[in-house]
Amino acid sequence: MRRSTNNLTCAEFQAQLPDLIGYSKSISDHPHLRSCNLCRALMADLDAIAQAARQLFPVVEPPEALWEHIESAIVKEEASPGLR
Amino acid sequence: MPYYAPSAQSPGEISTPSSVSVEAANAPSNSPATKHDPADILARAQAGDHHAFAQLYSIHKRHVYSLCLRMVGSVAEAEDLTQEAFLQFHRKIGTFRAESALSTWLHRLTINVVLMHLRKKGLQLNSLDEIMEPTSDQRPGRSFGAPDLALSGAIDRLALQRAIKDLPAGYRLVFVLHDIEGFEHNEIASLLDCSIGNSKSQLHKARLKLREILRSHPQQEGHK
Repeated sequence: MRRSTNNLTCAEFQAQLPDLIGYSKSISDHPHLRSCNLCRALMADLDAIAQAARQLFPVVEPPEALWEHIESAIVKEEASPGLR
Repeated sequence: MPYYAPSAQSPGEISTPSSVSVEAANAPSNSPATKHDPADILARAQAGDHHAFAQLYSIHKRHVYSLCLRMVGSVAEAEDLTQEAFLQFHRKIGTFRAESALSTWLHRLTINVVLMHLRKKGLQLNSLDEIMEPTSDQRPGRSFGAPDLALSGAIDRLALQRAIKDLPAGYRLVFVLHDIEGFEHNEIASLLDCSIGNSKSQLHKARLKLREILRSHPQQEGHK
Protein backbone atom coordinates (compact mmCIF):
# COMPACT_ATOMS: atom_id res chain seq x y z
CA MET A 1 0.00 0.00 0.00
CA ARG A 2 1.44 3.32 -1.05
CA ARG A 3 1.87 6.04 1.53
CA SER A 4 2.25 9.52 0.15
CA THR A 5 4.13 12.40 1.59
CA ASN A 6 1.21 13.64 3.65
CA ASN A 7 1.08 10.27 5.42
CA LEU A 8 -2.26 9.29 3.94
CA THR A 9 -2.27 5.93 2.22
CA CYS A 10 -4.18 5.45 -1.04
CA ALA A 11 -6.70 3.33 0.83
CA GLU A 12 -7.22 6.02 3.43
CA PHE A 13 -7.57 8.71 0.78
CA GLN A 14 -10.00 6.64 -1.26
CA ALA A 15 -12.04 5.89 1.82
CA GLN A 16 -12.61 9.65 2.11
CA LEU A 17 -13.62 10.06 -1.52
CA PRO A 18 -17.39 9.58 -1.14
CA ASP A 19 -17.47 12.58 1.19
CA LEU A 20 -15.30 14.60 -1.14
CA ILE A 21 -17.51 13.89 -4.14
CA GLY A 22 -19.16 17.02 -5.34
CA TYR A 23 -16.27 19.15 -4.19
CA SER A 24 -13.98 18.48 -7.13
CA LYS A 25 -12.13 21.76 -6.81
CA SER A 26 -11.02 20.97 -3.32
CA ILE A 27 -10.23 17.37 -4.29
CA SER A 28 -7.80 18.51 -6.94
CA ASP A 29 -5.92 20.44 -4.28
CA HIS A 30 -5.80 17.54 -1.88
CA PRO A 31 -2.22 16.94 -0.66
CA HIS A 32 -2.45 13.23 -1.34
CA LEU A 33 -3.24 13.84 -5.01
CA ARG A 34 -0.25 16.10 -5.43
CA SER A 35 2.04 13.25 -4.57
CA CYS A 36 0.16 10.16 -5.79
CA ASN A 37 0.00 9.37 -9.48
CA LEU A 38 -2.35 6.42 -8.98
CA CYS A 39 -5.02 8.35 -7.13
CA ARG A 40 -4.64 11.29 -9.47
CA ALA A 41 -5.28 8.93 -12.39
CA LEU A 42 -8.23 7.43 -10.55
CA MET A 43 -9.74 10.85 -10.01
CA ALA A 44 -9.18 11.75 -13.66
CA ASP A 45 -11.02 8.58 -14.70
CA LEU A 46 -13.93 9.21 -12.34
CA ASP A 47 -14.24 12.80 -13.51
CA ALA A 48 -14.10 11.67 -17.14
CA ILE A 49 -16.88 9.15 -16.50
CA ALA A 50 -19.06 11.78 -14.83
CA GLN A 51 -18.49 14.28 -17.62
CA ALA A 52 -19.09 11.74 -20.36
CA ALA A 53 -22.30 10.60 -18.67
CA ARG A 54 -23.70 14.14 -18.71
CA GLN A 55 -23.60 14.19 -22.48
CA LEU A 56 -24.46 10.59 -22.94
CA PHE A 57 -28.08 9.79 -23.34
CA PRO A 58 -29.89 10.90 -26.43
CA VAL A 59 -33.53 11.79 -26.22
CA VAL A 60 -35.42 8.70 -27.31
CA GLU A 61 -38.75 8.49 -29.08
CA PRO A 62 -41.23 6.19 -27.37
CA PRO A 63 -43.07 3.65 -29.53
CA GLU A 64 -46.04 5.14 -31.37
CA ALA A 65 -48.38 2.55 -29.89
CA LEU A 66 -47.73 3.90 -26.43
CA TRP A 67 -50.07 6.83 -26.97
CA GLU A 68 -52.89 4.43 -27.81
CA HIS A 69 -52.38 2.66 -24.49
CA ILE A 70 -52.36 5.92 -22.59
CA GLU A 71 -55.40 7.20 -24.46
CA SER A 72 -57.26 4.00 -23.77
CA ALA A 73 -56.35 4.11 -20.06
CA ILE A 74 -57.53 7.73 -19.82
CA VAL A 75 -60.84 6.82 -21.44
CA LYS A 76 -61.29 3.99 -18.94
CA GLU A 77 -60.42 6.21 -16.01
CA GLU A 78 -62.80 8.93 -17.08
CA ALA A 79 -65.57 6.41 -17.59
CA SER A 80 -64.96 4.87 -14.17
CA PRO A 81 -63.24 7.38 -11.88
CA GLY A 82 -63.14 4.78 -9.12
CA LEU A 83 -60.51 2.84 -11.07
CA ARG A 84 -57.81 5.38 -10.27
CA MET B 1 -62.02 5.50 -32.50
CA PRO B 2 -59.26 7.84 -31.55
CA TYR B 3 -60.30 9.72 -28.45
CA TYR B 4 -57.87 12.43 -29.37
CA ALA B 5 -54.59 12.24 -31.19
CA PRO B 6 -51.21 13.71 -30.41
CA SER B 7 -49.90 16.11 -32.97
CA ALA B 8 -48.58 14.49 -36.10
CA GLN B 9 -44.91 13.84 -36.52
CA SER B 10 -43.17 12.49 -39.57
CA PRO B 11 -41.56 9.10 -39.13
CA GLY B 12 -37.86 9.49 -38.61
CA GLU B 13 -38.12 13.12 -37.64
CA ILE B 14 -35.22 14.00 -35.41
CA SER B 15 -36.32 14.51 -31.84
CA THR B 16 -34.80 17.32 -29.89
CA PRO B 17 -35.75 18.99 -26.65
CA SER B 18 -36.31 22.16 -28.65
CA SER B 19 -38.93 20.46 -30.78
CA VAL B 20 -41.69 21.94 -28.67
CA SER B 21 -42.41 24.76 -31.06
CA VAL B 22 -42.13 22.44 -34.04
CA GLU B 23 -44.66 20.10 -32.56
CA ALA B 24 -46.92 22.87 -31.52
CA ALA B 25 -46.81 24.03 -35.10
CA ASN B 26 -47.84 20.56 -36.15
CA ALA B 27 -51.02 20.78 -34.13
CA PRO B 28 -54.33 20.77 -35.99
CA SER B 29 -53.88 23.13 -38.88
CA ASN B 30 -57.04 25.14 -38.40
CA SER B 31 -55.99 26.31 -34.96
CA PRO B 32 -55.31 29.98 -34.49
CA ALA B 33 -51.77 30.99 -33.67
CA THR B 34 -52.50 31.39 -29.97
CA LYS B 35 -53.38 27.73 -29.74
CA HIS B 36 -49.76 26.86 -30.51
CA ASP B 37 -48.54 28.71 -27.48
CA PRO B 38 -47.39 26.22 -24.80
CA ALA B 39 -49.06 28.22 -22.05
CA ASP B 40 -52.32 28.19 -23.96
CA ILE B 41 -52.02 24.46 -24.63
CA LEU B 42 -51.53 23.88 -20.92
CA ALA B 43 -54.46 26.08 -19.97
CA ARG B 44 -56.71 24.24 -22.38
CA ALA B 45 -55.52 20.85 -21.13
CA GLN B 46 -56.20 21.94 -17.56
CA ALA B 47 -59.69 22.88 -18.64
CA GLY B 48 -60.22 19.34 -19.92
CA ASP B 49 -59.41 19.81 -23.61
CA HIS B 50 -58.30 16.38 -24.73
CA HIS B 51 -56.66 17.66 -27.88
CA ALA B 52 -54.51 19.93 -25.78
CA PHE B 53 -53.48 17.04 -23.54
CA ALA B 54 -52.49 15.07 -26.62
CA GLN B 55 -50.35 18.02 -27.64
CA LEU B 56 -48.69 18.04 -24.22
CA TYR B 57 -47.98 14.36 -24.66
CA SER B 58 -46.30 15.08 -27.97
CA ILE B 59 -44.24 17.83 -26.45
CA HIS B 60 -43.05 15.90 -23.40
CA LYS B 61 -43.14 12.23 -24.39
CA ARG B 62 -39.47 11.95 -25.39
CA HIS B 63 -38.21 13.55 -22.23
CA VAL B 64 -40.40 11.39 -19.99
CA TYR B 65 -39.66 8.16 -21.85
CA SER B 66 -35.92 8.83 -22.01
CA LEU B 67 -35.83 9.61 -18.30
CA CYS B 68 -37.62 6.35 -17.47
CA LEU B 69 -35.29 4.44 -19.75
CA ARG B 70 -32.21 5.90 -18.11
CA MET B 71 -33.48 5.15 -14.62
CA VAL B 72 -34.61 1.56 -15.12
CA GLY B 73 -32.54 0.45 -18.11
CA SER B 74 -35.36 -1.65 -19.56
CA VAL B 75 -37.46 -0.71 -22.59
CA ALA B 76 -40.55 -2.62 -21.43
CA GLU B 77 -40.46 -1.06 -17.96
CA ALA B 78 -39.77 2.38 -19.43
CA GLU B 79 -42.88 2.09 -21.60
CA ASP B 80 -45.04 1.08 -18.64
CA LEU B 81 -43.61 3.87 -16.51
CA THR B 82 -44.10 6.46 -19.24
CA GLN B 83 -47.72 5.41 -19.47
CA GLU B 84 -48.13 5.67 -15.70
CA ALA B 85 -46.39 9.06 -15.63
CA PHE B 86 -48.76 10.48 -18.24
CA LEU B 87 -51.77 9.00 -16.51
CA GLN B 88 -50.72 10.70 -13.30
CA PHE B 89 -50.00 13.85 -15.26
CA HIS B 90 -53.55 13.71 -16.61
CA ARG B 91 -55.00 13.19 -13.15
CA LYS B 92 -52.98 15.97 -11.55
CA ILE B 93 -52.76 18.50 -14.33
CA GLY B 94 -55.39 20.64 -12.67
CA THR B 95 -53.14 21.05 -9.63
CA PHE B 96 -50.20 22.40 -11.59
CA ARG B 97 -49.48 26.03 -10.91
CA ALA B 98 -47.13 28.01 -13.07
CA GLU B 99 -44.65 28.77 -10.28
CA SER B 100 -42.35 26.22 -11.87
CA ALA B 101 -41.86 25.13 -15.46
CA LEU B 102 -44.19 22.37 -16.53
CA SER B 103 -41.21 20.34 -17.76
CA THR B 104 -39.62 20.53 -14.30
CA TRP B 105 -42.87 19.52 -12.63
CA LEU B 106 -43.35 16.62 -15.02
CA HIS B 107 -39.72 15.59 -14.55
CA ARG B 108 -40.26 15.34 -10.79
CA LEU B 109 -43.54 13.54 -11.24
CA THR B 110 -41.84 11.01 -13.52
CA ILE B 111 -39.01 10.42 -11.08
CA ASN B 112 -41.54 9.80 -8.34
CA VAL B 113 -43.39 7.33 -10.56
CA VAL B 114 -40.15 5.45 -11.22
CA LEU B 115 -39.18 5.44 -7.55
CA MET B 116 -42.62 4.18 -6.57
CA HIS B 117 -42.23 1.40 -9.12
CA LEU B 118 -38.79 0.47 -7.81
CA ARG B 119 -40.09 0.38 -4.25
CA LYS B 120 -42.89 -1.94 -5.32
CA LYS B 121 -40.29 -4.14 -6.96
CA GLY B 122 -38.58 -4.49 -3.63
CA LEU B 123 -35.93 -1.84 -3.66
CA GLN B 124 -36.21 -0.35 -0.21
CA LEU B 125 -34.63 2.99 -0.73
CA ASN B 126 -34.54 4.06 2.88
CA SER B 127 -31.44 2.02 3.53
CA LEU B 128 -29.42 2.18 0.40
CA ASP B 129 -26.23 0.79 1.77
CA GLU B 130 -27.86 -2.24 3.34
CA ILE B 131 -30.52 -3.09 0.82
CA MET B 132 -29.13 -1.84 -2.46
CA GLU B 133 -25.61 -2.99 -1.90
CA PRO B 134 -24.84 -5.35 -4.76
CA THR B 135 -23.54 -8.82 -4.23
CA SER B 136 -19.81 -9.12 -3.77
CA ASP B 137 -19.13 -9.87 -7.42
CA GLN B 138 -21.00 -6.72 -8.44
CA ARG B 139 -19.13 -4.41 -6.09
CA PRO B 140 -16.35 -2.30 -7.51
CA GLY B 141 -12.94 -3.71 -6.83
CA ARG B 142 -10.24 -1.92 -4.90
CA SER B 143 -9.11 0.80 -7.20
CA PHE B 144 -5.53 1.37 -6.18
CA GLY B 145 -2.55 -0.64 -7.26
CA ALA B 146 -3.32 -0.67 -10.97
CA PRO B 147 -0.88 1.56 -12.76
CA ASP B 148 -2.29 1.28 -16.29
CA LEU B 149 -5.43 3.28 -16.82
CA ALA B 150 -7.57 2.40 -19.79
CA LEU B 151 -9.62 5.56 -19.53
CA SER B 152 -6.91 8.07 -20.21
CA GLY B 153 -8.36 8.69 -23.65
CA ALA B 154 -11.90 9.54 -24.63
CA ILE B 155 -14.57 7.32 -23.12
CA ASP B 156 -16.55 5.37 -25.64
CA ARG B 157 -20.17 6.49 -25.46
CA LEU B 158 -21.74 3.16 -26.30
CA ALA B 159 -19.53 1.28 -23.89
CA LEU B 160 -20.41 3.73 -21.13
CA GLN B 161 -24.10 3.51 -21.97
CA ARG B 162 -23.94 -0.27 -21.72
CA ALA B 163 -21.97 -0.10 -18.51
CA ILE B 164 -24.55 2.19 -16.91
CA LYS B 165 -27.33 -0.12 -18.03
CA ASP B 166 -25.51 -3.02 -16.38
CA LEU B 167 -24.98 -1.27 -13.07
CA PRO B 168 -26.75 -2.72 -10.04
CA ALA B 169 -30.09 -0.92 -9.63
CA GLY B 170 -29.12 1.13 -6.60
CA TYR B 171 -25.89 2.36 -8.11
CA ARG B 172 -27.60 3.19 -11.41
CA LEU B 173 -30.35 5.14 -9.72
CA VAL B 174 -28.06 7.44 -7.77
CA PHE B 175 -25.63 7.78 -10.68
CA VAL B 176 -28.41 8.75 -13.08
CA LEU B 177 -29.98 11.19 -10.64
CA HIS B 178 -26.68 12.90 -9.81
CA ASP B 179 -24.42 12.67 -12.82
CA ILE B 180 -27.01 12.71 -15.59
CA GLU B 181 -30.06 14.46 -14.20
CA GLY B 182 -28.03 16.92 -12.16
CA PHE B 183 -29.63 16.47 -8.75
CA GLU B 184 -27.62 17.43 -5.68
CA HIS B 185 -26.98 14.89 -2.94
CA ASN B 186 -29.41 16.57 -0.56
CA GLU B 187 -32.13 16.37 -3.22
CA ILE B 188 -31.35 12.71 -3.91
CA ALA B 189 -31.42 11.97 -0.21
CA SER B 190 -34.83 13.57 -0.03
CA LEU B 191 -36.13 11.78 -3.12
CA LEU B 192 -34.84 8.39 -2.01
CA ASP B 193 -35.48 8.89 1.67
CA CYS B 194 -31.89 8.10 2.54
CA SER B 195 -28.99 9.98 4.08
CA ILE B 196 -26.76 12.33 2.12
CA GLY B 197 -23.87 10.07 3.07
CA ASN B 198 -25.63 7.11 1.49
CA SER B 199 -26.18 9.04 -1.69
CA LYS B 200 -22.52 10.06 -1.86
CA SER B 201 -21.37 6.55 -1.11
CA GLN B 202 -23.60 5.01 -3.79
CA LEU B 203 -22.46 7.54 -6.36
CA HIS B 204 -18.81 6.92 -5.64
CA LYS B 205 -19.28 3.17 -5.84
CA ALA B 206 -21.22 3.54 -9.06
CA ARG B 207 -18.41 5.54 -10.66
CA LEU B 208 -15.84 3.02 -9.45
CA LYS B 209 -17.92 0.18 -10.83
CA LEU B 210 -18.27 1.93 -14.17
CA ARG B 211 -14.53 2.48 -14.30
CA GLU B 212 -13.97 -1.16 -13.56
CA ILE B 213 -16.41 -2.25 -16.27
CA LEU B 214 -14.89 0.10 -18.82
CA ARG B 215 -11.39 -1.07 -17.98
CA SER B 216 -12.37 -4.71 -18.25
CA HIS B 217 -14.03 -4.34 -21.64
CA PRO B 218 -11.85 -3.15 -24.45
CA GLN B 219 -12.84 0.22 -25.87
CA GLN B 220 -13.16 -1.22 -29.36
CA GLU B 221 -16.59 -2.61 -28.35
CA GLY B 222 -18.03 0.76 -28.92
CA HIS B 223 -16.29 1.32 -32.21
CA LYS B 224 -18.03 -1.38 -34.19
